[in-house]
Amino acid sequence: MTAGLPRNYLNASYSVWSWFFTTDHKRIAILYMVSITLMFFVGGAAAVLFRLELMTPQGDLLIAEDYNKLFTLHGVVMVFFFLIPSVPAVLGNFLLPLMIGARDLAFPKLNLASWYIYMIGALFTIVSIVAGGVDTGWTFYTPLSTTYSNTHVMLMAVGIFVVGFSSVLTGLNFIVTTHTMRAPGLTWFRLPLFVWAHYATSIIMVLGTPVISVTLLLVALERGLGIGIFDPGMGGDPLLFQHLFWFYSHPAVYIMILPGMGVVSELITCFSRKHVFGYEFIAFSSLAIAILGFLVWGHHMFVSGQSLFAGLVFSFLSMFVAIPSAVKVFNWTATLRGGSISLETPMLYALGFIGLFTLGGLTGLFLATLAVDVHVHDTYFVIAHFHYIMVGGMVMAYLGGIHFWWPKITGRMYPEWWGRVSAVLIFFGFNLTFFPQFVLGYLGMPRRYHAYAEEFQVLNVMSSAGASILGAGYLIPLAYLLWSLRHGRRAGPNPWDAVGLEWQTPSPPTTHNFERPPVVPNRPYDYDPGEHAVSSPGTPSGAPERI
Amino acid sequence: MPETHDPPIDRSFRLFPEQASSVAGEVDAVYFFLLAVAAFFTVLIFVLIVYFALRYRRGANVRRGHGGHTNYTLEVAWCLVPFGLTMVMFFWGAKVYYRINLPPAEAAEVYVLAKQWMWKFQHPEGKREIDRLHVPLGRPIRLKMISEDAIHSFYVPAFRVKNDVLPSRYTTVWFEPTKPGAYHLFCAEYCGTGHSKMVGKVVVLRPAEYADWLAGRTDEPLAEAGRRMFEGFGCHTCHDPGPSQRCPPLEGLYGSQVPLAEGGFVEADEDYIRESILDPRAKVRAGYRPIMPTFEEQIDDEEQMILLIEYIKSLSRQRPRGAQLRSMENADEAAPQDPLPPPGVRPPMDDMPE
Ligand code: HEC
Ligand SMILES: [Cu+2]
Ligand SMILES: [Cu+2]
Repeated sequence: MTAGLPRNYLNASYSVWSWFFTTDHKRIAILYMVSITLMFFVGGAAAVLFRLELMTPQGDLLIAEDYNKLFTLHGVVMVFFFLIPSVPAVLGNFLLPLMIGARDLAFPKLNLASWYIYMIGALFTIVSIVAGGVDTGWTFYTPLSTTYSNTHVMLMAVGIFVVGFSSVLTGLNFIVTTHTMRAPGLTWFRLPLFVWAHYATSIIMVLGTPVISVTLLLVALERGLGIGIFDPGMGGDPLLFQHLFWFYSHPAVYIMILPGMGVVSELITCFSRKHVFGYEFIAFSSLAIAILGFLVWGHHMFVSGQSLFAGLVFSFLSMFVAIPSAVKVFNWTATLRGGSISLETPMLYALGFIGLFTLGGLTGLFLATLAVDVHVHDTYFVIAHFHYIMVGGMVMAYLGGIHFWWPKITGRMYPEWWGRVSAVLIFFGFNLTFFPQFVLGYLGMPRRYHAYAEEFQVLNVMSSAGASILGAGYLIPLAYLLWSLRHGRRAGPNPWDAVGLEWQTPSPPTTHNFERPPVVPNRPYDYDPGEHAVSSPGTPSGAPERI
Repeated sequence: MPETHDPPIDRSFRLFPEQASSVAGEVDAVYFFLLAVAAFFTVLIFVLIVYFALRYRRGANVRRGHGGHTNYTLEVAWCLVPFGLTMVMFFWGAKVYYRINLPPAEAAEVYVLAKQWMWKFQHPEGKREIDRLHVPLGRPIRLKMISEDAIHSFYVPAFRVKNDVLPSRYTTVWFEPTKPGAYHLFCAEYCGTGHSKMVGKVVVLRPAEYADWLAGRTDEPLAEAGRRMFEGFGCHTCHDPGPSQRCPPLEGLYGSQVPLAEGGFVEADEDYIRESILDPRAKVRAGYRPIMPTFEEQIDDEEQMILLIEYIKSLSRQRPRGAQLRSMENADEAAPQDPLPPPGVRPPMDDMPE
């Protein structure tokens, strides 16, 4: 950042140590952003390789061992090292204090510790990959992982065990911060929905993550010390593992979507210049999803040998998740009505999110419906479904959020044209990649297949073609966002003319965020759609020149 | 029948799987209902988004700002509509799931042994197959499945059935083929390196063809091989019907309710028999002392176990348990001696079927 700029959190100091020992939530957010971006491209590279492999049915590009290691790597890295930390650890870290008018999170040092823990976990995982990889799938099902796999399961399990603490501590930090550090006048029902979503997410992180940590510890105990817990050969019960694993990993799915929903609520309101429709309903639906999330894990086990009765109960409970999800989608859509809509990049991502999340959520009902799940469980239908949620949902929301708050984070605008192009590219690439997989799944192509029946080839080629478009779609933002750090237009404090406390600070904000604690006199999303009804020609809508 | 006579799997490109079992149509009906709901709401949301984005685009000359903040009637409506629809999904799905899970009593049985990375099928009549299963058209088939190592999953897309195969106990899949032909069999649960090679086919034959196929070269019936093992292990020294009261007779055991020493009853299914042999003290029959030794060391694999189980099951097919008990009442109580060896020479152990 050039001299002459007012002091902000970026130019406050330049030494390496001032970054590695920072306790500023904004700098920690940047540390996370860099780390998870690296991990995203590691996981993405794996996907490129196995999508190439799947262009032909024979399994001729990679040997089975490598293929299996690649999809394990892809799953582990994307889930634990990208998706779970993505919105919370980057945008949440950066914005939560700003949005509630606080100087920092409640425990700034703990926040830094969380990042170090994340890095240690990532290190173990990377080492396990470099040392030769793991071939159990990210689900680590026993007794395959404890008895039959002779890859580096232990190292990777340790990596995931460690990184879990990072989410627990982040969650704890968010919860305490939201409770204790809100600005005067900022009552719970004046909080931005982004904060509600992060609050709900934090509850899951704190309550759920210890279970997966302990479960992986048990895997390590069985594998390392031969203590029979899951392997029936040693007197254990393999289904116990699945119960424990999904008790966390189903709620974790909501860790990977709720924060994205929070982002979308901010974007939709800003770019339609409207108060959000059904504020309380969106807020409480986040909590409802967080709580319901703990009651439905058995829907991953309808054909596992779990009892018929358990299947019925879990199917019944899973259906209820549809309600808060539908409530959100309908409320966002209703928010658009009567607004003043402009389609900048963040809005394109947000609208894309709604569409893709809708399809992802609805196909979740197929999987919750017992008879249909029997057929599509462990097929590409499941793969397509959760990518619609995780990639079509969370990654879209993350990118939308990154673009929206990029001027706040860096003080620079990204190039709008390129932004729109890549958003559209990602939307089409995504659908071309994953829509054919629904069809493949119902046709019966099992997941995790290195070689497959030849009649599935056409759909697989379509999927791989889509993946290459998607890959390009992800590289373009990487390039222009880096470019904009130097060459982007300077953004004023509030280039989108958005409401919300974070926009009352300079861009980039100063180290302590606010000169004096802000006072919040009214409800959030106090937009006036009439104000922008007719934009003067020549002024791009929401242009930074206004400031 | 040599494999070359098997019909080939239809490998033409298609967008919807073949329906080749009695439940396939029912599953697809639920699926189409879901598809209709999903399509309706996806289109609805897409259309609304595009419509609003165009109509209320910035710069357009429209009235804005109406609609208020929250409309409770609407909110309640869009809670109730998903609730209603998902309850239809639940009940319908559950009904068909029940059918998929409860095999009809008259179903013919085949044992399935999964191991890294192959499927072994053992027909009680004696046929053994690897990665290929022949079944007759129009007859319900029940598969009793167990794994030798990791978890696998038996999946035939054309039948719309799937169930995991566990190393610890038997799981079941049943289907009634409705269309002759050959269909993919996939392992659906990731099970290690060769997972995607753990595939095979299910060949559905017309009844006459099936009879021919069964009549072809056949191994010893499972129960027969099981009987030889039973004697080889010396089980009969305790269990054969005779005057001894120390051990429960196994005739009529399968499918009966066994009273337990610790109270309560347990159904004598395959899992109970398997556990009684591997870990006899886990559930002790009321009125007996736990003197049976474990055979965990002697029994090499699940394949041998299947033979023993099939033999014990065959004892119930021959004679109802009541008749057995009556014959015991008349026996001389004072002579607890080894019963006569059954006809036939006891084979040496290494003659055991592999
Ligand atoms: C030393 C005598 C002895 C031998 C040898 C023996 N058993 Fe047993 N078995 C018993 C006794 C006593 C019981 C009843 C107590 C219990 O449930 O453990 C029993 C119970 C059983 C049961 C459960 C029956 C029920 O009604 O609950 C089965 C099945 C069984 N044995 C199978 C076998 C098989 C197969 C073998 C050979 C591999 C075998 N047994 C060898 C003594 C023996
Ligand atoms: Cu789930
Ligand atoms: Cu498998």
